[in-house]
Amino acid sequence: MTLLNEMQLEFPSKSSNEAFARVVVAAFASQLDLTLDELADIKTAVSEAVTNCIIHAYEGTTGKIRIHSKLFDNKIEIVVQDWGVGIKDIEQARQPLWTSKPELDRSGMGFTIMENFMDELHVTSVPGETTIVTMIKNFEKK
Amino acid sequence: MAGTLKIYKDKIIVNLKGELDHHMATILKTQLKEAMDKHNIKKLLFNFKDVTFMDSSGIGMILGRYKELQPIGGKIGVMNMNNRVKKIFDMSGLLSVITYIENEQEFIETF
Repeated sequence: MTLLNEMQLEFPSKSSNEAFARVVVAAFASQLDLTLDELADIKTAVSEAVTNCIIHAYEGTTGKIRIHSKLFDNKIEIVVQDWGVGIKDIEQARQPLWTSKPELDRSGMGFTIMENFMDELHVTSVPGETTIVTMIKNFEKK
Repeated sequence: MAGTLKIYKDKIIVNLKGELDHHMATILKTQLKEAMDKHNIKKLLFNFKDVTFMDSSGIGMILGRYKELQPIGGKIGVMNMNNRVKKIFDMSGLLSVITYIENEQEFIETF
């Protein structure tokens, strides 16, 4: 496993940045020769993580979202961090179709999609301080 | 514009366009709600032909409309989903309560 490249991105929690964030990470990932499906998986997972920060962590207020990504010859690691309200019960939040905000048209599928489209998903949170979502996708050695 | 709406009596065809994420879903919801209230809409058809990206916010937006239409006997159809969009629909289980429609004609005449 060799570290090939690394990047960090910070932006405010505006919904117009959802597209920006997923396109940046996909562009970074495409330094490896990935398939369109692999890139779409990454784009979708990043979109879910960033949307969670905007809707849940900051609940309509504006805060900072940071993405830190490392590209290896056989995998990509993407860490999405916010400094919002945090998640009290992570196990419940990760349940498919469970949502704290059904009135906002949320499907409760965010973490399920991250889990399905990536190979690893780790969520840690300190309520009132920060939430860190780490996602890893493995590739055949390029 | 997150999509264009075509209204036929109590039905709307929503031609979605671009990337259906939380940002676009919010715009579309407002646009749709206004038209649905004004025309007493009971049936919606979402056409995914020009959708290049969708995440769970797309499912949430459709689920939200389903919850509004269900009590008044309304229903929802979808058409032209690509494999990526279909994959997310399959994960959500939403296809058990909405209908796959072949073409606009079918929606307008028999749905």
